[in-house]
Amino acid sequence: MTLRPDLAAIAAHVTPGSRVLDIGCGDGALMAELESASGCDARGMELDGELVERCVSRGLSVVQGDANLDLANYPDKAFDYAILSQTLQTATRPDLMLDELLRVGRRAFVSFPNFAHWRTRAALMFGGRMPVTRALPVSWYETQNIHHVTVEDFRDLAKAKGATIERAWFFSGEKQIGAPAANWRAEFAVFELSR
Amino acid sequence: MNVAAPASPVYRIPHPLPLDSGQALEGCEIAYETYGTLAADKSNAVLVCHALTGDQYLASPHPITGKPGWWERMVGPGKPIDTDRHFVICANVIGSCMGSSGPASFAPDGQPYAMRFPVITIRDMVRGLVALLDGLGIDKLHAVVGGSMGGMQALSLAANWPERAARVLVIASTARHSAQNIAFHEVGRQAIMADPAWAEGDYYAAEAKPDNGLAVARMAAHITYLSEAGLTEKFGRRLQDREAKGFGFDAEFQVESYLRYQGSGFTRRFDANSYLYITRAMDYFDIAEEHGGKLADAFAGTQARFCLVSFDTDWLYPTSESRHIVHALNAAGAKVSFVELSAPHGHDSFLLEHDQLDRVVKGFVE
Repeated sequence: MTLRPDLAAIAAHVTPGSRVLDIGCGDGALMAELESASGCDARGMELDGELVERCVSRGLSVVQGDANLDLANYPDKAFDYAILSQTLQTATRPDLMLDELLRVGRRAFVSFPNFAHWRTRAALMFGGRMPVTRALPVSWYETQNIHHVTVEDFRDLAKAKGATIERAWFFSGEKQIGAPAANWRAEFAVFELSR
Repeated sequence: MNVAAPASPVYRIPHPLPLDSGQALEGCEIAYETYGTLAADKSNAVLVCHALTGDQYLASPHPITGKPGWWERMVGPGKPIDTDRHFVICANVIGSCMGSSGPASFAPDGQPYAMRFPVITIRDMVRGLVALLDGLGIDKLHAVVGGSMGGMQALSLAANWPERAARVLVIASTARHSAQNIAFHEVGRQAIMADPAWAEGDYYAAEAKPDNGLAVARMAAHITYLSEAGLTEKFGRRLQDREAKGFGFDAEFQVESYLRYQGSGFTRRFDANSYLYITRAMDYFDIAEEHGGKLADAFAGTQARFCLVSFDTDWLYPTSESRHIVHALNAAGAKVSFVELSAPHGHDSFLLEHDQLDRVVKGFVE
C-alpha cells in the first residue's frame, strides 16, 4: 500500500520502536506502516466513527475523540512522537494544538497544505475568490480547513512557541521538492519539531 | 425457576472464596459452558462475562426457555468471536441462579441461603471467575469480553488481576454506577420486597414466589435498556387487540402488553433474591473507589490492550462513561481503542444485530 507523500516522509523518519500518537489518523494507514515496518507502538485519535471502526477492525489502537479536547488526557511526554497530518488547519486553535502536540510528544511531525502555493495565490489574485485547487479541493463554505496556513506562517508560529524545527520536507503533488522558495512552490509541507 | 436443573458443568472452588464484605463463601460453585477447543498451550481462551440477568448459555440453548444462547450471533464457528480458533468460556456469576452459588443455593445447613447469602460485589464475581480459570489451568486469557455488567467484570479483572488477560473488550458499560443507575435498581428491589410473597426472601419452600414484584422490577429495568425512539418506533401509542380505549387498566397499549410479557417471562427463569444481590453488586461498583479514588491508578502499569464500545442511544451507560474510562486508560499509558457506534436501540444494542460491532469485536479479539 502506498502512503500519501507527507505520511511516507513521516514514516521514513520516525525512529523504529518508538511510541507514536497519530492525531487525526484517518483509516490508520500511517499507524499500520509504523507498526509493521518500524516496530512502533502506535496509537491513534480520530473524530470520524466510521474511520475509527475501520482502524479497530484492522487491529489498531484508535480512540474516537476530538483532538481539540481529548489530548488533554494524555500525560506529558507520553510519546516519542506526536503526529498531526493535514489536521492543523482544521483545529479550533492551531497554536494551542501545537502546544499540546509538543507536550504529549518529545517530538512532533506536522503536515499541512500550504496556502501560499503559487496556484492558491494565483487563484485568489486572478479569480478573486477563495481558491479551489488540487491541494485544497473543497469550497470555502464546506471545507474543514478553518485556519489556512502558509509555510512562513508555520515557521513563525513554531518560533513563537519556542519550538525548534528539526527538519522539513516539501511536496508539489507527489513529488518532493527542495526547500528554496518552498513558500511559493510547495503544495504540502511536513515539519519535524522539538521543544 | 428451577434451581435443581443446572445442565452445565459445575466447578467447586476448593478453598473458601474471600469476599469484599470480609466474609468468605465456603464450597462456592461456578456453573459454566465452554465452546471450541482449548489449545495445548492454553493460549486461546476467551472469557465472556454475562450481564445482570444473563447466564452461561452464551451460544447454546437456554435449558428453561429453550431460546438460543444470548450472544449466539457473536460467538460460534466463523463468528466474530470464532470458536474454531478460540476456546470460549462463559460462567454464571456467583449470586445468580443458573447453577452457580447464590441465594437460592443450599447453605451448609441444607436450607437455601436466601438472605443469609453474603452481599457480593462485582469484584467478588470476578474472584469466582478467576478461581474457575485456575481450575481450568488457564493462566492468561487471550481476551476477556463483556457488555453491560459483563463489561464491569472485564474491567474489574483488568484492574485487579492485570496479568490474567491480554485483551479487554468492554461494551456499553461503565466504571461506576451513577446515582441514576442506583435509583432505577432501587425501584426494582423495592418492587420485589413489596411483594408479600417475597417474605423477607424466605420463599423457596412456599407455594407462591414473589413473581409479581420481580416482574415489575424487570419491567422498570427493561425500559432503561431501550431508547425512547426505539419504543416509539416499535409501539408508538398503538393499542393492543382493541380498536378504542377501554377506560380501564388492562394492558391497553402495546407497550404495556410488551412490558408485562417481558416481566412475566423473566420470572420463569430468574430468582428474585438473585436480582436483589446482583443489582446491589452493580450499585456498589466503582473501580476508582477501589483504587484510592483515581481511575487511572486502577490500570497503572497494565500491559493489556483495551477496547471500549458505546452506543449513541444508550442512556443507561452513556458514551460519556466509556470516555471517562478511555481518558483514565490514556492517562495510565494503556493501549486503548474506543468507538461510539450508532444504533437506534439504546443499551440493548450490544445484544442486537450490528455489523460495525461485529467488525470491531472480530478485529479486536482476533
